[in-house]
Amino acid sequence: MHNFDFAKPSTIADAARALAAEGAQALSGGQTLIPTMKQRLAAPSVLVSLTGIKEMQGVCLGEGGLHVGAATPHAVVAKEARAHYPALADLAGGIGDPSVRSRGTIGGSIANNDPAACYPSAVLASGATVVTNKRRIAADDYFQGLFTTALEAGEIVTSVIFPIPQKAAYVKFNQPASRFALTGVFVAKFASGVRVAVTGAGNDGVFRWAEAERALSADFSASALSGLSVDPAGMNSDLHGSAEYRANLVKVLTGRAVTAAG
Amino acid sequence: MTKVSMTVNGKAVSGEVEGRTLLSSFLREGLGLTGTHVGCDTSQCGACVVHVDGKPVKSCTVFAADVAGASVRTIEGMANPDGSLSVIQQAFQDHHGLQCGFCTPGMVMSTAALLAENPKPTEAEVRHYLDGNICRCTGYHNIVKAVMAASGQDVSALAAE
Repeated sequence: MHNFDFAKPSTIADAARALAAEGAQALSGGQTLIPTMKQRLAAPSVLVSLTGIKEMQGVCLGEGGLHVGAATPHAVVAKEARAHYPALADLAGGIGDPSVRSRGTIGGSIANNDPAACYPSAVLASGATVVTNKRRIAADDYFQGLFTTALEAGEIVTSVIFPIPQKAAYVKFNQPASRFALTGVFVAKFASGVRVAVTGAGNDGVFRWAEAERALSADFSASALSGLSVDPAGMNSDLHGSAEYRANLVKVLTGRAVTAAG
Repeated sequence: MTKVSMTVNGKAVSGEVEGRTLLSSFLREGLGLTGTHVGCDTSQCGACVVHVDGKPVKSCTVFAADVAGASVRTIEGMANPDGSLSVIQQAFQDHHGLQCGFCTPGMVMSTAALLAENPKPTEAEVRHYLDGNICRCTGYHNIVKAVMAASGQDVSALAAE
């Protein structure tokens, strides 16, 4: 790994100043960034740790739903979101393994926007709002493709606000070697309709499955999906699963998520 | 180089580190605590698991500078104060929960973290919790048995040795 200068500010304002330096990069839990740096796929000259910023920690109910601080580790979300948004807690408690969940954070996950990460599906299916140190971004505008988001250089995700659905569930088909989702589906039923977000499958990252949303908004049952199919043309294909396999998984897992949501 | 200080196994320690110095390197090379093993160095295997402020972490995937001031516990801090094996360590010995032993420090640290939050786990919960700890001898049955025994549960009905 190439060396770098390390900074650990205690406020968002100080972090933003540190990130203005040439070659600076934010570090949250580091569970993706550190392995990436070991492979020299990333070589920041300044690393700005966000883990010491208290105002970016914790889970609480607030205006617009459940507020999750961006530097809150998965294990804490799994515990503290349980009473308010159990599907979100389930998702957080199933990411990686316990040691990854001690360190990895929601802000790091969605800033990276790995196409197989779990959190983007929850953010998109919930119609959450991504709060940064500069603005608020709707989930539908935030995710923009593989490892690509609406974030500008130096912009810091500070929290995510989740509207709480009437019913929701996340079901993933694990890729056991990486512990990422081979395919994962988050279904959220609101009074205004159903949102379905799929991770791991699409070749352009997390996406909403519009046909399923329409069918489930009319009839929230797994059988409502029976006439639908997913086009393999937009799916990832690798040695772990073909595009056709993933397309089928999207439908199967959506049905399971609907059943699990009850 | 910057100076970092932390508490390791109850003792105040400090040392000079680079930004890129991993916690595993600081423990092993800086402090000589080589009980923490580095198996894969890619966050997969869990041999390097230690506790930071009571939580299990992969010490190969944390920068030492990022946990300055923290309280760290390693396998060297797991024995009883008189030097005898702790309940978990003794259970691993009694139930042959190790073969080559390379993964054992991480297994023991993950087990301690599991039992701290779930004192009487089911076999399925043990297997799920140890998802991030890989034993390349594939000695999982006896590892699970050792964890169940360490939690004070009857293991006579578990998979054969």
